[in-house]
Amino acid sequence: MPGLTTYIIVALIKSVLLLAVLLTGVAYAVWLERKLVGRIQNRWGPTRVGPFGLLQPLADGLKFILKEDLTPPYVYKSLYLLAPMLAVALALLSIAIIPIGPSVHVAGLTIPLQVTGALNSAGQASDINVGLLIIFGITSVGVYGIALAGWSSNSKYSLLGSLRAGAQMVSYEIALGLSVVGVILLSGSLSLRHIVEAQGGGWAGISHWNIWPGAAGYGGTWQFVAFFIYLMAAFAETNRIPFDLPEAETELVAGYHTEYSSMKFAMFFMAEYANMFTVACLATILFLGGWNGPMFGGALLQQVLPVVWFAAKVVFFIFLYIWIRGTLPRFRYDQLMAFGWKVLLPLALANILLTSLVVALT
Amino acid sequence: MQLVLFIVVAAICMVAALNLVIQKHPIGSALSLIVVMGSLAVLYLLLGAEFVFVIQLIVYAGAIMVLFVFVIMLLNAGEEARTRGSRVAVLFGVPAVIALVALVAWVFARKALPDAVESTTFHGSVQIVAQQLFTRFLLPFEVTSVLILIAIMGAVVLARRDN
Repeated sequence: MPGLTTYIIVALIKSVLLLAVLLTGVAYAVWLERKLVGRIQNRWGPTRVGPFGLLQPLADGLKFILKEDLTPPYVYKSLYLLAPMLAVALALLSIAIIPIGPSVHVAGLTIPLQVTGALNSAGQASDINVGLLIIFGITSVGVYGIALAGWSSNSKYSLLGSLRAGAQMVSYEIALGLSVVGVILLSGSLSLRHIVEAQGGGWAGISHWNIWPGAAGYGGTWQFVAFFIYLMAAFAETNRIPFDLPEAETELVAGYHTEYSSMKFAMFFMAEYANMFTVACLATILFLGGWNGPMFGGALLQQVLPVVWFAAKVVFFIFLYIWIRGTLPRFRYDQLMAFGWKVLLPLALANILLTSLVVALT
Repeated sequence: MQLVLFIVVAAICMVAALNLVIQKHPIGSALSLIVVMGSLAVLYLLLGAEFVFVIQLIVYAGAIMVLFVFVIMLLNAGEEARTRGSRVAVLFGVPAVIALVALVAWVFARKALPDAVESTTFHGSVQIVAQQLFTRFLLPFEVTSVLILIAIMGAVVLARRDN
């Protein structure tokens, strides 16, 4: 059992590495979005900065930093400054709970690939036993960034945008929370690590994923429906098309961040994309078996492969986000609310009832 | 380590609670209350009650305070006007506070309180909370849920417009 100092140093290194990867991921998700939406709309997307426009995120970042930072004179200043920081801090925080792989052996230490992960007394990787709930807790507090941004801007577009965002996030959080109860029932744990481990084994490490029928040894359960409820609620939570009413350009200019410029605007942008990564990671863990996948090769490859599978699944979800953005139009506000409360919520409740029945009987 | 964390978090909690009363603008008070709720949640975590920590975060900081903030935003409540304080507050409030502080100090001085919970033996995990909730405290739990249902129905009836 390594000492406290080792633990803190390792945790620091893990945090820095993960943040670097996440922020790079966020920057290149924007690039990927511009490229793919360009493809879908039969144009090129960014091509000028670097090969295939690969240096575009760098140029964008530079532009954000160099632009004039305008603070409108009529805003509620302290909260106006606090809001983007809150948004981006909370968005980056939840990645600490996500396990991206089992554990690696480096320099005689066994290191779980998760910032909050540690070794238990038996020397196995373990994490906090309510990890899933903590992510939901951070998400539910994340509403404040948007709500305060809209209110403190003292502009009607911002206020309407943030009210829409708040109402939408609170409504869809219910469907989101209920859709994962089926998975919790199947794995019998709220620890993300346990949930992934419960989906291991089977044919090529694939057949026990929660998305397939009869997952985790319970014949007759099918979390396929829960997966789609989760996916739709997650789109609404991250304010993406077709649920991007909080920033509907045609009616609200830019929604809650209308009055923000320069780096403060970029912080909201980063928060939105970091949130996309969080829900994509969570979807991977809950329904697509986390880091489970076909394993082959030598000892080194065995250590790297889980992380590769995890990353591939997350990238798939990011791709899905962009694909849907390029395909679907925006909902009307009343349709959005009716869909959340009258369709997703009853479906999620029915899924809980059926799954618990099957788990109780088998 | 635990003690240092406790002192830091408790200090944040106290400062935020004071700020809650001092703030002129209702939104400042509401945000301070969120900080109080959050730091209380961290104190639960320090005691090993992970589940209570998360529930405190989701329910109080996430749900109830969002409602508060929204009401303040929608009503666009302005800053409070300062008054010089009521005479009743001075006459009864100050002696009452002194008496209360004296009483608490006396109790503490007379008898060292036992540790209410040992953080090493106490585990507020989901399993233990659920076990207690659905066996020993099943009736109060169910009665509370019926109470909340009645409150929701009452709100719907009150909010419904007559056609």
